[in-house]
Amino acid sequence: MDRGKWFILIAGLCIGAIAAVLVKLGNPPNMGFCIACFQRDIAGALGLHRAGVVQYVRPEIIGLLFGAMITSMFAGEFKTRGGSSTLVRFFMGVFMMIGALVFLGCPLRDVLRMAGGDYNAVVGLLGFIAGVATGVFFLRRGFNLGRAEYSHSNVGGLLLPLFFAFLLFLLLKGTVFNPEAGGPLFFSKEGPGSMAAPVAISLVAGLIVGFLAQRTRLCMSGGIRDFILIRDNYLLLGFIGIFLGALILNIVFGFFKPGFNDQPIAHTMHIWNFLGLYLVGLTATLLGGCPLRQLILSGEGDIDAAAVVVGMLVGAAFSHNFLFAASAAGVPTYGQIACIIGILVMGWIGWSYREA
Amino acid sequence: MEKIDVRGLSCPMPVIRTKKAMDQGAQELLVVGTSQVSKENVLKLAASQGYQAELVVNGKDNWEMKLIRQ
Repeated sequence: MDRGKWFILIAGLCIGAIAAVLVKLGNPPNMGFCIACFQRDIAGALGLHRAGVVQYVRPEIIGLLFGAMITSMFAGEFKTRGGSSTLVRFFMGVFMMIGALVFLGCPLRDVLRMAGGDYNAVVGLLGFIAGVATGVFFLRRGFNLGRAEYSHSNVGGLLLPLFFAFLLFLLLKGTVFNPEAGGPLFFSKEGPGSMAAPVAISLVAGLIVGFLAQRTRLCMSGGIRDFILIRDNYLLLGFIGIFLGALILNIVFGFFKPGFNDQPIAHTMHIWNFLGLYLVGLTATLLGGCPLRQLILSGEGDIDAAAVVVGMLVGAAFSHNFLFAASAAGVPTYGQIACIIGILVMGWIGWSYREA
Repeated sequence: MEKIDVRGLSCPMPVIRTKKAMDQGAQELLVVGTSQVSKENVLKLAASQGYQAELVVNGKDNWEMKLIRQ
């Protein structure tokens, strides 16, 4: 195995271990990191949805973005670029979030759930693999959202990081300038949104993982995609590393509880665990990266990826306001309909964006 | 020599296009691209498919490489 492969395997082990430590320090179970859940919490903290149990400005997300940004600046890779079907990507971000909230987690959390013994996550993984395979089918057929171009100004790439820096400022300052409603930020008093590791630790964890993910190009959907497409296992090793890192520490901490039932922040509706991550896998493959990768790319100045991140925030608001999002009780009917519509829309986009 | 332009294309399009040309039996290719990620990925593909890669231009946001089948 060459150096690069060792590096991504070790990076994965570190990320998995950090995730388990974050749970130990207060994050929700099997949720040391979850890009979708944490962006959903941020959408809640901004008052974009009213699900009181999932509102918090997750410092991990801010750390990830800044970790990737600082690393890419030192590497000379920070460069504002965009213009590849940006609005299409925004809506794809919306649907990627809807799929993730039907399953209850992004692909990264799927791995962490498996490492916690949650068998429902294995069903999710099968759906994810099927979704990626469907995406690869469209890629082979000539799917392409178009070329991005480098911008003559770097301002665009700084906008999303500055927005998240502002949220961090509000979180740390704790100012309330809308006393009647309780805003500007809303925080859960109970439920997953109220469970969090200390702010400084979450932020540093995000920075470290942002650095590692930027350097290794870690991507959950990319790992499966590259294996199907060109039999390359580089990104897959990161996946395996995360699983092992989290599994070992979960066993040490006594978090490992194998089974289908009574898993934390999970449901047992197999078909929707499968289809939720199917939607995420398909969308991520068409977008060129999973939710984690989109966040890291945003930090590097990719404003098309930033549109996906904003789309995911909006998608989270839709998910909770329209009762799409699953809970431990299962997936509401509207969520099932939204998931099917998402799959159909992604199939439509995948089929029609074909370059001759 | 066949030229493949993958400038501004996101993953995995640069790899797919290069591989397509390889599968069609190209002995020599000139690949032109922009991002570092696509450069790394095309280099990896070249190594796995038995092509020797020579970077003609190697900038931070533009690169060109010649691929010659061994």
